[in-house]
Formats: sequence, structure tokens, C-alpha cells
Amino acid sequence: MRVPYTWLREYCDPGLPVEELADRLVMTGTEVERIDVVGPPKPDNFVIGKVTEAVQHPDADRLRVCTVEVGEDGPRTIVCGAPNVGAGQTVAVALPGARMPGGDKLRKAKLRGVASEGMILAADEIEIGDEHDGIMVLDDALAAGTPLAEVVPLAEPVLEIEVTPNRSDCFGVHGVAREVHAVTGAALGPDPWAEDAPAEAPGNVEDFAKVTVEVPDLCPRFTARVFRDVKIGPSPLWLRERLAAAGQRPISNVVDITNYVMLLTAQPLHAYDLDKVPGGELIVRAAREGEKMTTLDDVERVLDPDTVLVCDRDRPSGIAGLMGGQVSEVSDATTNLLLEAANWNGPNILQTSRRLSLRSEASARFEKQLHPDLTMRAQAVASKLLVELCGATMVPGTIDVAAPAPEPRTLRLRGARVTSILGMEVSQAEQVTYLERLGFGARVDGDDLEVSVPADRYYDVTREIDLIEEVGRLHGFDRHLPTTLPRVGEGKVGRLNRTQRLRRRAEDELRDLGFDQIVGWSFNDPGEAGRLRIEEPDPRADPILVANPLSDEGAAMRTTLLGSLLGVAARNLARGAESVALFEAGAVYLRGAPPESGGPLAGDFPGDTPAPVTEPHRYGALAVGPLAPRSWRGGGEPVDFFALKGVLEALAGSLGCPPLEFEPASEPFLHPGRSAAVSLGGAPLGWLGEIHPLVCRTWDIDAAVGFEIDAAPLLAAATLGEEAFEDVTTFPAALRDLAVVVPADTAAATVRAAVLAGGGELLRSAEVFDLYAGPQLGEGEKSLALALEFRAADRTLTDEEVDAARASIEAELTKIGGTLRA
Amino acid sequence: MLEQIEKIRVEATEGIVKASSSAELEELRVKFLGRKAELTQILRGIAQLPPEERGPVGGAANKGRKELEALIARSAERLDAAELDAKLVADRVDVTMPGAPPRPVGHQHLITRTTRLIEDIMVGLGYEVAEGPEIEHDYYNFTALNHPVGHPARQLQDTFYVQSHPDVLLRTHTSPMQIRAMETQGPPIFIVIPGKVYRRDSDATHSPMFHQMEGLAIAEGLTLADLQGTLLAMSRALFGDTREVRLRPHYFPFTEPSVEVDVSCFQCEGTGVLADGGRCNLCKGQGWIEILGAGMVDPNVLGFVAEKGYDPERVQGFAFGLGIERVAMLRHSVPDLRRFFDNDVRMLEQFA
Ligand SMILES: [Zn+2]
Repeated sequence: MRVPYTWLREYCDPGLPVEELADRLVMTGTEVERIDVVGPPKPDNFVIGKVTEAVQHPDADRLRVCTVEVGEDGPRTIVCGAPNVGAGQTVAVALPGARMPGGDKLRKAKLRGVASEGMILAADEIEIGDEHDGIMVLDDALAAGTPLAEVVPLAEPVLEIEVTPNRSDCFGVHGVAREVHAVTGAALGPDPWAEDAPAEAPGNVEDFAKVTVEVPDLCPRFTARVFRDVKIGPSPLWLRERLAAAGQRPISNVVDITNYVMLLTAQPLHAYDLDKVPGGELIVRAAREGEKMTTLDDVERVLDPDTVLVCDRDRPSGIAGLMGGQVSEVSDATTNLLLEAANWNGPNILQTSRRLSLRSEASARFEKQLHPDLTMRAQAVASKLLVELCGATMVPGTIDVAAPAPEPRTLRLRGARVTSILGMEVSQAEQVTYLERLGFGARVDGDDLEVSVPADRYYDVTREIDLIEEVGRLHGFDRHLPTTLPRVGEGKVGRLNRTQRLRRRAEDELRDLGFDQIVGWSFNDPGEAGRLRIEEPDPRADPILVANPLSDEGAAMRTTLLGSLLGVAARNLARGAESVALFEAGAVYLRGAPPESGGPLAGDFPGDTPAPVTEPHRYGALAVGPLAPRSWRGGGEPVDFFALKGVLEALAGSLGCPPLEFEPASEPFLHPGRSAAVSLGGAPLGWLGEIHPLVCRTWDIDAAVGFEIDAAPLLAAATLGEEAFEDVTTFPAALRDLAVVVPADTAAATVRAAVLAGGGELLRSAEVFDLYAGPQLGEGEKSLALALEFRAADRTLTDEEVDAARASIEAELTKIGGTLRA
Repeated sequence: MLEQIEKIRVEATEGIVKASSSAELEELRVKFLGRKAELTQILRGIAQLPPEERGPVGGAANKGRKELEALIARSAERLDAAELDAKLVADRVDVTMPGAPPRPVGHQHLITRTTRLIEDIMVGLGYEVAEGPEIEHDYYNFTALNHPVGHPARQLQDTFYVQSHPDVLLRTHTSPMQIRAMETQGPPIFIVIPGKVYRRDSDATHSPMFHQMEGLAIAEGLTLADLQGTLLAMSRALFGDTREVRLRPHYFPFTEPSVEVDVSCFQCEGTGVLADGGRCNLCKGQGWIEILGAGMVDPNVLGFVAEKGYDPERVQGFAFGLGIERVAMLRHSVPDLRRFFDNDVRMLEQFA
């Protein structure tokens, strides 16, 4: 909302520089985004002139050489190119030295050999509208030499206010003036609608017009007046200046008046050429399903029964509250006028506006829900202007089709409640002052107030708490609000819960293992699953789609972290990175309810119904190139399956999880021979592996290795922080190495399981530390070396005990075709 | 005999002290203490001596032998160390070659760091931390936050909707977690909720995905002044001990009164002017930087969880929503919101 300062001061003049007023407004809740200056930066050297002579330029067909009286200094010669300039006109003149909008200084100039001492102004040259076809011809009553600033504001400051949706009143200059009054205490002038126009035309409005409202719930009030002998023409300069400064293009007097009154009162109006409304009859009704209509912007729109239309007998004339139609538009030939000021259902206007993607100054106001009383205020202001500026005569009477008016609203404001919400004292006298300045009525009742709410604030202020806000903000949080700290917790200690602590640990571990954390986009393009070679019926190939994405890039919720990691890796490699090691801790989004319902905190939908989506939190890592940097001492080996397996095991180990289980398994995006399904205690966790070369190629990466695992089962298995002491020092362990030859296709896990089974309780750990295959072994054989640790809690083991265990291990190994090497 | 023993002792001591290698020392040991050594012979011959001489000669010879043994041991130690040193000196490396690179440590994302920082501050003030879903139901994102259907405030936030589920959307703020948390736990409640949020907007200061930290405090008798104190404590922890905050009245549908909160500029100490006299670029000369929106929780919001004990006549409180990227940008001079999601390792590696 643009509020020209001179216009504002007509109702309430705070006597403050505009910047200071802006500060006061900002600190009381009216957001002033900026102060714009319309027109020339300074009013100096702009005057009224009288054209006494206008003759053809000797050397230019389209220029006239004018003699212009500009007061004291005597006549000036001004060369003018406007087609409408002529002797006898009163005009606006910029003299040499004037600063034009944009800052350029006007100088004397020779135009085709004739010296010109100034410029006769067109409207757009001082930013009053965008007319450039001709110069402004002003009222002859103005004397030559009068500073132009006395006729029309120059260098007009305009407050650009961001009106919050609750304050429909501030969509009108008068509402802002009331706010200025409340904030500064400066006097507020009489309401501009206090006086109505005289109704001097013969007859009665009902002789000329008829209004039927078929949908009173969507049209709580429809008022109409009729005017005759209207003379369409340009608006006076002051009106054009105000509209232009407020950001509205001046068009013609009638249209300008409807816009002006809307900008003043916040109530939109619509003018009809009465002679184009058959029988003067208007019908407000719901559109029929599929009904079509062409709006003023030349778009044919298909409507539905939730859309309200204003129709004449034959066809729709406009979409209620949004936009008029072309049929009964006011034109230069209009002489009889029907003026509509209606009230519409806000939510309906909002929904219609969204459905049709159609917004207007009117709909922006109606959708906030205006009070029906505003209609008659707007009628009064507009009627006076039509009579004064368009020579119109008003037909007596107003058509007023109204549903029962909303009940007057009275609220109780408890003095104690004011203090208890705000934490600051506002005296009752101050409360009354603030509320009355805002237009509320306040009656004292003990410590409390009985407050009546004015029409402009009817839908905004509905409860005691709304009054407390009004009182508090005018009292001034910046000046009066104490700073206190609440007593928190009542016996509880603020802390992260265990899962949150474990999450931090996991992220720290991945970082410490050499991985840079990324935050990937939650959405990507729907083709990503395909690039990962994931195909239906794999649920990851069927992402949750965004109905209204900004672009295709953000149309699908990600179903893997891998896609994000590959994208980031590829981008960094393209930018010159030689290797990357990345991890992300974040959610993926899958269709279908979570396996277990967990209440509102776990994502259930209202009424404890499961959400149709699951958002598992995951850890994903991806490495390209060596994990350890190359140096003169070695390093620089390319990352492979086992490097990432070590990382994943270290992650699990750092959380105190039992050992992870790995089984050969494949994902479509992984190398079929170098990938594993990871599980923990038998429950699936995710995958680990080298990325399939075809997938790497798609992302333009040579080779990459990664993993992606669900956080929940990993964290659930963590024992970190819950470890119990175990005595491993009183009775020392016995350490033995073991080499076993097995068929080459026997999994190391199988060998280890056999060793653990044979070792029994005394065998505390068995770790593979070497692998050998070669000439010393038979064809199709390999040798694994394991480090064994035997220990008992209550005694030092004897050699005999350990040898017995070893014999039992050998027996178990024999069952899987293994033999001990000497 | 005694003189002879003394002579041997003196001669041997002299030789041992002068010995310059382990080999030489071994020779001396054989010479003076070996089987054929003079002193050994004397001790062996004691029995042939007259009885009155046996005592003094035996004593002197034994004493001399022990002394020499100890002296040889000490000298051996000295010579071993000297010889080891000589060997070590010969085993020399080029100390100017580069050190072996340790396995590199990765980097925490600035969003994570900032989130943890704010969490820790609020935990320090007694708050707990909660998380919740990003794909949200309209009821939690809007309706229960006092944005009824058809309310113009719904348009304040451009919303992404989920296809074929008209009631399902990507949450536009972390505020739905206010309701979810209160449905789970009765008052008093003091929690913060970090998380991803989504709005249909993209430029240097708007990203379709970003992070917020929601704060919610409901108990008996909490006031707007308590909100100011809490935000002051948080702002000082985030931006410096001399910061001030100011509350500007504003409008949010789910708080009443609502405020926007500014923190005094830490670059110009709130003056708007830099030391060199130029206008402060951080606060654009205002002296204040807007950091968050907040307010007293609207009684209508509490009404949606009234059966959990949130009777607006009995308990009240405040809520706030802070942009995590905004804090990170201010604290680390990051110029563009989109950089956080670009994940360029050259940026990531600037922050440990
Ligand atoms: Zn500053």
C-alpha cells in the first residue's frame, strides 16, 4: 500500500518529518518498507505559466515557439513539441535549474536554432501518470508565477507500507491516518464520509435500477446509486497526482474516483454505464458449472458454482469482487452511471481468486473480509466527488440489499490480563486512550474495560487477546517492556535425549573418518531413479511428487541419499576436485505409512492416523578417489569396497553397536560383485558397495564407493553410554594365531563363525588378519589367518584348556572343509 | 703381598678408566680379573700363606676384585651408550622432507554447526529438543495454527503441495511441531525444534528449502517480557555479550501479540556507522538486524490441544521461529543462501 504523505496529512498531520513518522509506525506494528519520493526531487524552479503566444518553429514542423508568462521575471521563450500547446493555456513550467525526476538538471538549450528557456510539462515528466501525448493544461484561475508545488505536491514522499493480512483498514489511506493518530496523538480530522452529496436529480433510484441477490451468504450487502448528466473527462490535477503517487494510473474522472475512494476507504467500488445495463437490472448469482465469461483483461474464463457473478438480464457483467466485464464498462460516451459498492464473502473471494489465478486491487481487499458498513461510507465519498468533479446529479435513494448486519461486538478487557500477558503495566487511563484513538469505544468497569469494536476492525479484533495486543503495541514494547527470564523446567533438566546425542556422535564419527558433510536437496527431478537404474516395482522408482514444483528439478521427493551424494560429488569433481569423501545425515521420503505408528511426534496425521509417507533418517557416504592422500611415503590408493566397509564398521563401532553383518547382495546401482547388504542383528540396515560403472558414467564419475543405511536400527542397537565394566585385567588373556585352509569360495564369515562356535565361551574374539592364496596351497584353496583371544573371568587359563579349545575349533573347521595349517 | 695387590688395583683402575671401546675393556677384564690374572692367582694361593697373613691378604684381594668389577660394569655402560650414539648419528634422515599426511578429517556442515549451537544455547536455558516430519498435514501446518481454510494468512507462505493428496504439503515452517509436541506432552513445555522447511520461492535471500529452529514455551504466567528475556539471552550467546534486542509488533496468525525481533548490529555496535565513517553494510545503517519472528501463543492454538491441559486461562507462553541459515550467514559472513546447498567442498572445508 502506497500512502502519499500529503494525502495522509489531510486527515492527520503528525507534524513530523516523514522518516520520523516511519520509525514510529515501524515500532508500533505498521511495517514501512521504504519511503519513495514521487516527482522531481526538489520543488524549486517549477511554476505556473501562461502561454501568451505559440507560433510555428521556423525550422521544425513539429515544434512550436511559445511565449510564456512565468511571473516576476517577465516572459520566457520556450520551444515545445506537444501537439496540444496553444496560446491562452495555463500550464506547468520547469525553468532552467529545475531538477527533473531522476535528478537531471534542466538547462537552457537551443532547439533547431531557437533558444528555449525552460520546458512546458507533460504529466509523466513530473510523474503524475504516464501521459506523454500532450502538455498538462491547467485551471485558468491559477496565476502565472505561482510555485507549482502550491498546486500539486512535488517531491511527494510516499510511505510504502506492507499491510499485514489482519489489517484490512490499512488498505485505505484513512485507516493509516487513524493509525498515525493512535501512534502520535496528533488530531484526526472529521471522517471524509461524514457528509453525503445532495440528491438533486428527479425521481428515485428504484425508477432506474433493480438489484437481486441470489446468494446473500456470499454477498452480505450490495448498494447501488444512480447518477445522471455525468461528463466523462480527465480528473483534476490533484486527483491525478494522488492516484499516480499511490501507484494507480489515472484514466478518466469516473474511474479515477472509484479508485480514489477505494484507496481512501479500503472499500472497492464499481461503476457501470447504466445505459448498457438492460432495464438497469443487476443479479448477483453463482456461476453455472462450465459457464464462460470474458473478463476486462480479455481472457475467457471457465467458471464453476463457487464463483459469484454480477450479471445483467442477459449475461454476466463481472466476477464479484475480482474484475468487471466489458459489456457495461464506462466510456467517454457515458452519461448515466450506476455506482456499486458491495460487500463479499472474504474466503470465497480468496478461493475464487486463487482458482482463476486472478488478483486485483479489489480482490486484495475483499479477501480480507470487509465490514458491510464500509459500503455506505464509500458511496458517500464517491457521490460527493462525482457531483463535484463530473457535473453529475445524484438520483435520490440508495439500493441496499443487505443480509442482517453483523452483531455489534463488545469485548471485556481485564486489567489483570493485560499485565499477565505482556509482563508490563499499562494504566487503565492509557488503555482507554489507546483504544479510543484506534476508534474503539471503552467503558470503565472496575479494573476492566468494556470495549466496543469499530467496523474497520470488526473481523480483526474478536477477542480480549486482540485488544491486549493493541494496547501493548501502542504503549511501546521498545520503550516499556521489561526483560525477564522465565523459570524453566520445574525440576526437569534441559538436555538432548539419547537418540539426539547418538546422532551427533554418528555425524562426528563420519566427519572424523574423513568425510565432509553435505546437506542435499530433499527434492530432485523425477528421472533420478532411472539414472540410478532403479525400476518399478522398486518403491524407490515411485517417488512422492510435488504438485506445484518450481521446476522439474524439484518435482520429486528423493528416495535415496545416493542421488544427492552423486550430484554433489560430480559437481565438485567438475570444478576441479581430485577426490571427494562426502556424507549426509538426512531423510529420504517414501510412499506408505511407517512400519510402526508412533504418535504425533513420530509423524502421525491428525486423529492418530498413519501418515501416507515415511521419512526414514539415513546416513549415506560416497567417496571418489583415494581416502588417504598420496605422499612420498605411499598412500593414494583408490578407495574400494573394503575402505568404505571399514568406515561403516567404525561408525557402528563408535556407537557401541554389535558387529554389522554383510552378505553379498546387489542393488541395481551397485557393482554386482562388490556390493553387500548390511544388516544388524538380522534386521536390514542398508547397502554398501562400489557404484555400478554405468551409474558412475551417468554422473561423469570414474569410480565411486558408498553406503546408505537407516539411522533408526543403528541407533537402536547402540550401547554407547550404557556400557558396564568388565574385568579383563585380573586374569590375563591367552593369545593364539590360527591359519586355516579352506576352499576358495568359503566366506570368511563362515570360517569365523566356525572358529567362534568351536572356541566356546573361552574364545572372546577371533579376527581375520590375513588372506593367502598361491603356490603353497592347492588349486581352489585359500588360507585365512585369525588372531584368537581366549580368556576366562575367574582364572588364568592353562595351556591345556587353550589346547582343548583349539582342538574343538579344528573339529568345527573340518565340518566346513577346513584344515589347520602347521 | 699387600703392596702387590695395591699396585695391581692402581694399574687396573688406570687402564679401565682410559679404555675407549668395549673390546679394549673386555681385554682389561680378562687381564685383571680372568682365570690367569694375577689377582685371581693370589686369591687361589691364599691357603698356602701363613695363617696370620691369610686374613689381611684375602680381604685386600677380595675388596680389590669387587672394586674392579664395579668399575668395569660402569665403564661398560658408558661405552655402550657412546657406541649407540655413534650408530644413531650415522642413521640420519632428511628432516626437511614433508611429514606423512595423517588421514584427513572431514568437515561439519555449517547448517549442522549452527543448529547444534542454537540447540546447546537453548538446552542451557532448560529446553529440550524435538524433531518431526517434513511432509505435513494441512491441519498441523495451518489449521491448528489458527490459519482456517480461506484465511488470507495462508498466502503469506507459498506452499508446495503433494500430488494427489490435497491435504498434504511440505511444511512451510517448523511451527506444526508446536501442536505435535503439545499433543504429546502437557504443560509446562519448553522445547526447540530444528528442521528443514520448504517454501515456493527462490532467489539470493529465499531458498525453496531451508532450515528453521522453532521455540515453544508454555507454562503458568509466562509473559511477553519473558520472551524478550529469552531472546536476549539467545542473541547474546549467538552474536556477542553486548547485544540488545528489540521487539517490533507484527502479525502472525498463531501468535498474539506477534513481534518481529531485531538484534543490535554486531558489526557497528548498533550505531549503523563503521569505524571509518562509512555506512554499515550488515545492518544497512539501521543499527538493527531482523533475526526472527515470535509472539505469545494465540489462545486459539492452545484451544486445539485443550484436552492435553492447555487451557488458555491457566497456561500461556511464547513461540519463536528462527532461520538457521540466517544465523549462519550473519555469524560467518556467507553472502548467499544458496551456497549452503551447493556443497562445494572448497566452502565446506572452510568450516571445521
Ligand atoms: Zn551495523
